[in-house]
Amino acid sequence: MYVFLIIVSFISVFPLYWMVSAATNKSAEVISGRLIPGTYFAENLKNLLANQNVGGAFVNSVKYSVILTLVSLVVSSLAGYGFEIYHDKVKDAVMSVILLAMMVPFVATMIPLFQMFSTAGWLNTTIGFILPTISTPFLIMMFRQSARSFPHDIMEAARIDGLSEIRIFFQMFIPTMRSTYAAAMTITFMNAWNSYLWPKVIMTDATSQTMPMVVANLTQGYVTDYGMLMLAVLICTLPTAIVFFCLQNAFAEGITGAVK
Amino acid sequence: MSKPKKMTLSRKHNLTGWVFLMPGALLILLMSFVPMFRALLLSFKTGVGAAMKSCGILNYTRMFQDTVFIQSIKNTFFYLIIQVPIMLIFALILASILNNKNLKFKGLFRTMIFLPCATSLVAYAVIFRSLFANNGIINLLLVKLGILNQPYAFLTNVWSARIVIIIALLWRWTGYNMVFYLSGLQNIEYSIYEAAKIDGASAVQTFFRITVPLLKPTILLTAIMSTNGTLQLFDESVNLTDGGPANASITMSHYIYNMSFKYVPNFGYAAAMSFLILILVAILAFLQMKVGDKRD
Repeated sequence: MYVFLIIVSFISVFPLYWMVSAATNKSAEVISGRLIPGTYFAENLKNLLANQNVGGAFVNSVKYSVILTLVSLVVSSLAGYGFEIYHDKVKDAVMSVILLAMMVPFVATMIPLFQMFSTAGWLNTTIGFILPTISTPFLIMMFRQSARSFPHDIMEAARIDGLSEIRIFFQMFIPTMRSTYAAAMTITFMNAWNSYLWPKVIMTDATSQTMPMVVANLTQGYVTDYGMLMLAVLICTLPTAIVFFCLQNAFAEGITGAVK
Repeated sequence: MSKPKKMTLSRKHNLTGWVFLMPGALLILLMSFVPMFRALLLSFKTGVGAAMKSCGILNYTRMFQDTVFIQSIKNTFFYLIIQVPIMLIFALILASILNNKNLKFKGLFRTMIFLPCATSLVAYAVIFRSLFANNGIINLLLVKLGILNQPYAFLTNVWSARIVIIIALLWRWTGYNMVFYLSGLQNIEYSIYEAAKIDGASAVQTFFRITVPLLKPTILLTAIMSTNGTLQLFDESVNLTDGGPANASITMSHYIYNMSFKYVPNFGYAAAMSFLILILVAILAFLQMKVGDKRD
């Protein structure tokens, strides 16, 4: 059993280790099979910066992802809360229609969205990046599920104390549901950072490109500089890895709440 | 006196509920349902920009003569049928091993197996493209070990290109699904497992008689999610094999993208193809839910 787990863990970790080691070695050394971290990191970084606008793309990715995550959490959790706490027959029916949207594949909405957004002048803008995925059926469902465990007596007590409905949401619901928010944040941030198809469609200017797009650009040439390429991959992976490590336990907890 | 007051209060709450859920609901209407409807209208048109004109069901009949599109459907379903079951079974086995209370270094194993999920889809596609390149480390290893005489062009041979995509998908997503199963297992009383052990049940019996039936809702959820994800596969096809060799590994989404934004844009035809994917996703989700319901 341990042997099996060790083999699986090794397969899981090896490509990532190889990426890190390649990012610090010369391309020729990477091809010759060198697996020990080298000293070529600075040189790779210099080549990468000269080759692609990595700084700009990194800033773009951070900007788009952070704004999308914040707006999305507020809008989706507010909706999930509204659907559960004030639920009635009509709202439940609306909720089932929203769940149907989960079945809609992105390619089926991509072309009309592109047409709508280019008419509105939203190509190459933050709003263009975030608008299609601010509100997702998955997040609404997740928050609706967790609102189910929000104690009703606390709400009643708060109402008697004269707290308005919106303040109950912001001052009581959000702090109580920290683990759900952490899980939702991890999922939303990772999806935003990793999204590739939609930015490829609407970010037509070189100056509004995102990190995954830059990494993809680097593979286009005939000769691949592995050191430089893997450094770009590493830079593209670090933010999601950091978010994942910081929120790992909360993520597992939040998922547990969602699948109950 | 108190009754009318209570009614106005509940009406006020009812209204508050609508205000809370309205932004989210409206955005889904505008960003999913409206475009979907427009895609349907678009699928009956041909031409570019303002010069678009109605063409009846021509786009739909054209699809079935388009060999690349048919190839992309075959490829996507090949990935679906091979990858999803292997991944889910593998994830289930890993989760039930890691659920064992006596296992040492449980957290470490869990983190390592989940680690691939921290990489971006483009990033891992590029990593695998490099690993399996002609001068990549996999070829280097196989030649050194004497298994191959010379490097094998994994990415430019039809079947190996498809299999590399499947290997990459398994690597990236098994840990993700495992976490869902681990969370599901937390909701199962551990004493059931101890009781089964005392009764002399083997590990295999415990797995099929306890774990699988009790995790059924979670298995259904992950099956629907992975089916949906695989049918929309894009990043891997673009960045790992570029759909090649000669479209042999291209996915449906990749072809639709090419048809809309890479070649001379043909939005009408692309919309028709995307509508077919929509119908396929809906049918598969419906079937899975039916199968999921049946065994209850």
